[in-house]
Amino acid sequence: MSQIIGYKKPAPGTQPNYLHAPYQSSIKRAPGKPLIKMAHTLSEVTGPVYGHERINPNDNDLTKQHAGEPLGERMILSGRVLDEAGRPVANTLVEIWQANACGRYPHPGDQHDAPLDPNFTGYGRTATDSEGRYRFVTIKPGAYPWRNHHNAWRPQHIHFSLFGPSFMTRLVTQMYFPGDPLLPFDPIFNCVTDQRARDSMVSKFDFETTIPEFALGYQWDIVLRGRDATHMENKK
Amino acid sequence: MTLMPTASSTVGPYLHIGLTPLQVNDIAKDASKGEKILITGRVFDGEGQPVPDALIEFWQANADGKYAHPEDGQDKPLDGKFTGFGRVPTDKEGRYSFATVKPGAVPGPGNSLQAPHIVVCLFMRGMLKHLYTRIYFSDETAANANDPVLALVEDAARKPTIIAERIAGKTEYRWDIRMQGEGETVFFDC
Repeated sequence: MSQIIGYKKPAPGTQPNYLHAPYQSSIKRAPGKPLIKMAHTLSEVTGPVYGHERINPNDNDLTKQHAGEPLGERMILSGRVLDEAGRPVANTLVEIWQANACGRYPHPGDQHDAPLDPNFTGYGRTATDSEGRYRFVTIKPGAYPWRNHHNAWRPQHIHFSLFGPSFMTRLVTQMYFPGDPLLPFDPIFNCVTDQRARDSMVSKFDFETTIPEFALGYQWDIVLRGRDATHMENKK
Repeated sequence: MTLMPTASSTVGPYLHIGLTPLQVNDIAKDASKGEKILITGRVFDGEGQPVPDALIEFWQANADGKYAHPEDGQDKPLDGKFTGFGRVPTDKEGRYSFATVKPGAVPGPGNSLQAPHIVVCLFMRGMLKHLYTRIYFSDETAANANDPVLALVEDAARKPTIIAERIAGKTEYRWDIRMQGEGETVFFDC
């Protein structure tokens, strides 16, 4: 049996704690006892392999999943999925979900008094190419109120779910938009104490991927956990 | 180059839109061998209330103890379409159910053997980062006693929180998740 090379632990402050009291729902759902540290075994460094075989036409174009076009500001959302060493994570599934342009989800739990859009579901998926690139066409989601505290509003955001090469690289997160005035007030965005880590959840407006007369471009790169370097041979 | 891993965030209340299109609640049908089993249970918060907006992912070896993944170099057979991956949401009462086959034993650190187990990744509204835990099986007493990961749980009273209980006369195991308080499930920092 060859030696198992595990995945690195993120630096303190760069990931949220389970308990973040300003986010009220975390109070009764964060584990009460400390987690038990364990080294990775074969069970951890393996994981579900999901790639291009799950992708159908228009899965990555959220504006073409219904008979008509959704309302709102069209956008091209693209970027790369990398590991901590900057290497592309190729052929890995990327799933997204988001509110419509009015800040409403087609979900029985969403009772916000804003219109649903019959031409927008808000779910998309794609797989990265050999250089780790992904691309979606969608509309810019709206902000919406929630009941965490008085006058609480979620900044505009898109949810992302990724697998990467093992069960330890699993990531579910949210991407935000540059200059959103709601960001400083959002307990979910601000649960990450390291400012650089927090800011890395904010996408960048991008002229390179903006398509004239059609849609604005936003770029956002995602970094998954990398292999534990102390066990890796140094190739440089 | 060293990059900082992207920060995790909660799946939020509308997780079903994003994570149930690829729901996988029965992988037993893909297996050609192994004992077909059902794992059922409920998820509870710190007040003992059911969690209706959780999602559980399962990752396991096939009946021979082989993972369908390129890094499993063991000389054991794969089982056709059996992926070893499941993804199920909880319902209004916090219930879930997952049909699979009982996994075989897989190697652990050194020359050790791990008892049959399923790795679990848990998501829910209110949880800012997913949690990992494991499911072991109550009818594997001898293997469980020698398992190197179960051995990390020093408080013997907590071990049963990650051992699914076989229901007498059935091929069904019961496994609940409790986030806090008495019977709090063991979660791993891994």
